[in-house]
Amino acid sequence: MRILIALFVGALFGLGLLISGMTDTTKVQGWLDIFGDWDPTLAFVMGGAILPMALAWHLTKGRQPVLAKAFPAPPSPSVGKKLVIGSTLFGMGWGLSGLCPGPAIASLSFGGVGGVAFVTAMIAGMLVAPKLGHRLDEMTVAV
Amino acid sequence: MQSDWIMGLLGGGLIGTAAAILLLVNGRIMGASGIIGGLVDGSGRSDWTERVAFLGGLIIAPGIVALMMGGANTQLTNNFAVIIVAGLLVGVGTRLANGCTSGHGVCGISRLSLRGIVATVFYIGAGGLTVIVFKHALGVI
Repeated sequence: MRILIALFVGALFGLGLLISGMTDTTKVQGWLDIFGDWDPTLAFVMGGAILPMALAWHLTKGRQPVLAKAFPAPPSPSVGKKLVIGSTLFGMGWGLSGLCPGPAIASLSFGGVGGVAFVTAMIAGMLVAPKLGHRLDEMTVAV
Repeated sequence: MQSDWIMGLLGGGLIGTAAAILLLVNGRIMGASGIIGGLVDGSGRSDWTERVAFLGGLIIAPGIVALMMGGANTQLTNNFAVIIVAGLLVGVGTRLANGCTSGHGVCGISRLSLRGIVATVFYIGAGGLTVIVFKHALGVI
């Protein structure tokens, strides 16, 4: 049952990304481009997504997930350099291509060779990330 | 176009509803990079079937709708050097930061997580600066 829910959620997420225009890299780059012909769409997508999710977080209080034992732990209050460095690197790739992980996967069937190349490179990046993370941790100790 | 923000709001609502269902039913956070990354580095071995099912839905549903609409276009650059570098940066960055637009952005901000908010400020800031430098200054993208 959990697998069916995951399949349904993935499908809904993919439809949302397609309908909202987030699989169109020019709309994402258009939103990031505040000095160009600014495209506000992404702000509406974010707002539209955060509202139901905020309600969902509210509903978790004093309850249990339907098909699981517990909800995810509360977020850690520590920010840390991996979060800052990682998000900066991610933002650079996002700006360069107009793709983030969700839309990159959602557009695999119609994104052509370029889309497949992007996802392949992204997976390669994900493979080396744990090693890089350990390096960063060690640097913290050294400092 | 006016219809763009209506479709944005509507699509965003679907994205948020999807994340809400995964949280309330399966007790999971809908983060695209985390779901893929757990399969790539083996950290998500225990629930790999759910991850694969999620990714299956994520590929198939927009694929079918795009077919019915007579195709969709990502308008991705043709510059393969840019595509590869961007893909590597997105892969490394989202795993180091432990989240992307869906995990930190949608799921984090909606619970007022400090980490989610800080991550979002940094990836939007870096993305904006990258577009300024590579589009307006260098003309690469």
